[in-house]
Amino acid sequence: MDSPARRDVVRSLISTRGDALLVTGLGSPAWDAGAAGDDPRNFYFWGAMGGALAAGLGLALARPDRRVIVLTGDGELMMGAGSLAVVGAQQPGNLGLLVLDNEAFGETGAQTGLSASSVDLAALALASGFREAMTAKSQTDAAAAVDLVLTAAGPVCAVVKVALEGGGYVPVPRDGVQLATRFRAALGIDTSA
Amino acid sequence: MNDVVEIDWSESVHAILKAHRIEIVPTVPDGGLTNLLRRCEADKDIRVVTLSTEQDGVALAVGAWLGGVHSALMMQSSGIGNILNMLTLASQCRAPLPMLITMRGEWGEFNPWQIPMGQGGPDLLERLGVRLFRPATRDDIAPTFAAAAALSRHTGTTTATLIGQHLVGTKTFDAAGARDG
Repeated sequence: MDSPARRDVVRSLISTRGDALLVTGLGSPAWDAGAAGDDPRNFYFWGAMGGALAAGLGLALARPDRRVIVLTGDGELMMGAGSLAVVGAQQPGNLGLLVLDNEAFGETGAQTGLSASSVDLAALALASGFREAMTAKSQTDAAAAVDLVLTAAGPVCAVVKVALEGGGYVPVPRDGVQLATRFRAALGIDTSA
Repeated sequence: MNDVVEIDWSESVHAILKAHRIEIVPTVPDGGLTNLLRRCEADKDIRVVTLSTEQDGVALAVGAWLGGVHSALMMQSSGIGNILNMLTLASQCRAPLPMLITMRGEWGEFNPWQIPMGQGGPDLLERLGVRLFRPATRDDIAPTFAAAAALSRHTGTTTATLIGQHLVGTKTFDAAGARDG
């Protein structure tokens, strides 16, 4: 079967990230990143659903010298869908959005999500002012998706259609102060000030 | 035509933003913030980010802080309801988050739909651990915001400086047309 597996996509993203900073939405995208290897330059949401892209935007504006990747799911993105428009207006050249779209609320019992039949997330990103957006349904497309979010002039969005299966919990740090402190320290910010 | 009364505090509050090295102002605007936002937009060292909903502003401010840049979220009291769950991000990371909120629904309000957030919003914020500051006079706005911003910065706290309608002017509705903000 040629459909992309979420863990493979994220492993590919993490292994080619260079010095990119990563913000993940809550749930499976955080476990995916953890499965690929925890890193101080990863910031995982554990709640505050709908905020990952806006947080990534703030980070991208604060650090124009670094690539910023937001890794999230379709449900999380839809809860903060308005932030696509905010990104479109700000045009951060260093921001890449990678959506793992399983068309369902995977954490809560796989209830059908809004991207299953109606909303086209890549089209939504384009209509919101993203410079480029694509939807990947094959492994070959998924490789292009990872490349797009890591290297193309932003803001760019890649939606990867993934199976419901192939996730599962992987422990990553969940203390917000710890996550923020190690992230800021990795950027050379004096966290004692 | 604009019935927002003269806002003579915008210059001093802008100076506080500069003193605290606040570089990003995420906002869903309000009439009472007009002059201050105009000053921020004219300042090349401050980026005003127009939001679709106030919750984006909380996340944006925390994200910017992760990168070492400080923000101040500006909005109307009706936005309080929109930010509640997102405040989790700021509180759990102990991120400094000063908010400047112009109030509706509490001082000669004409629009009944402003009452729930205007009257109930501050209590909701307090229940979630946000520290509230209420300047009593116009002259008190800048020093109060300065104190709140300092507390936010040094203690990793979310603060709300609530600017009452008696300080920014009470909106009315008359033959000149709809001017509700």
